[in-house]
Amino acid sequence: MIKARVTVTLKNGVLDPQGKAIEGALGSLGFEGVGQVRQGKVFDLEIDSTDGAKAEADIKAMCEKLLANTVIENYSIAIL
Amino acid sequence: MKSAVVQLPGLNRDRDMIAALTKISGKEPITIWQTETEIPDVDLIVIPGGFSYGDYLRCGAIAARMPVMRAIREKAEKGVKVLGVCNGFQILVEAEMLPGALMRNSSLKFVCREVKLEVVNSDTDFTRAYSQGQILRCPVAHHDGNYFAEASEIASMEDKGQIVFRYAEGTNPNGSLNDIAGIINERGNVLGMMPHPENLIEAAHGGNDGRGLFASALNVIAA
Repeated sequence: MIKARVTVTLKNGVLDPQGKAIEGALGSLGFEGVGQVRQGKVFDLEIDSTDGAKAEADIKAMCEKLLANTVIENYSIAIL
Repeated sequence: MKSAVVQLPGLNRDRDMIAALTKISGKEPITIWQTETEIPDVDLIVIPGGFSYGDYLRCGAIAARMPVMRAIREKAEKGVKVLGVCNGFQILVEAEMLPGALMRNSSLKFVCREVKLEVVNSDTDFTRAYSQGQILRCPVAHHDGNYFAEASEIASMEDKGQIVFRYAEGTNPNGSLNDIAGIINERGNVLGMMPHPENLIEAAHGGNDGRGLFASALNVIAA
């Protein structure tokens, strides 16, 4: 069993109104010095395989085809 | 002209769309369920609005990858007209049948109100009943209508007349780039738009500004 974590974040230059709202809320809670906040998504995957290289290639294809919208999002894959 | 309306779990504007198509063309559209892989011969396929698959992952993301979308893509490649309204528009961009992406509204709020639309390109199969620059009233109801594409992509679409509808008179409800409300593919047979023209087709709706879109797409004289 291979466990992996995929992190999807908005590309630089893509406006993130949710991140902005969180940034404002942190400020109103009294946290000072918080710069830009960007919101993203995390997917934890379990792959029934022992071939790490193949699993990583498969996960990359999953990111391209479904998990990320590459028009607006970047993704990174970590094998845990 | 024969038309079809796609039905997927979570879409809820299908009945409004069926009513609009029936009233304007005089013929009831056929319905296409999500598992269908063969679509009968029709001239227009409509993907209506709603919340397909609960808007899970991203609006339209799951629907865009269902088998029925492969069948719709094949029809579009043969020249059949495809119209996506609201969630239907989100599904078409997720399926990469239209460029760009639809993001959360800049206000973060669900907007349900009437907006003004400018007909930016009346020389399409969906907008011939309107005149260039005409201002329409149209309802919107969405949470993720904030259109985004790379600056170069937007510039190219502007040049090629692919921006069909723009929010006018300061009524942009979602922060979309260049006030974009509706776009068409390069070939001119796939149109996606966030506003709901099917909800403004007769006096009982308070107006019929949406009628011209269906009259154009179905080749019937606008009433």
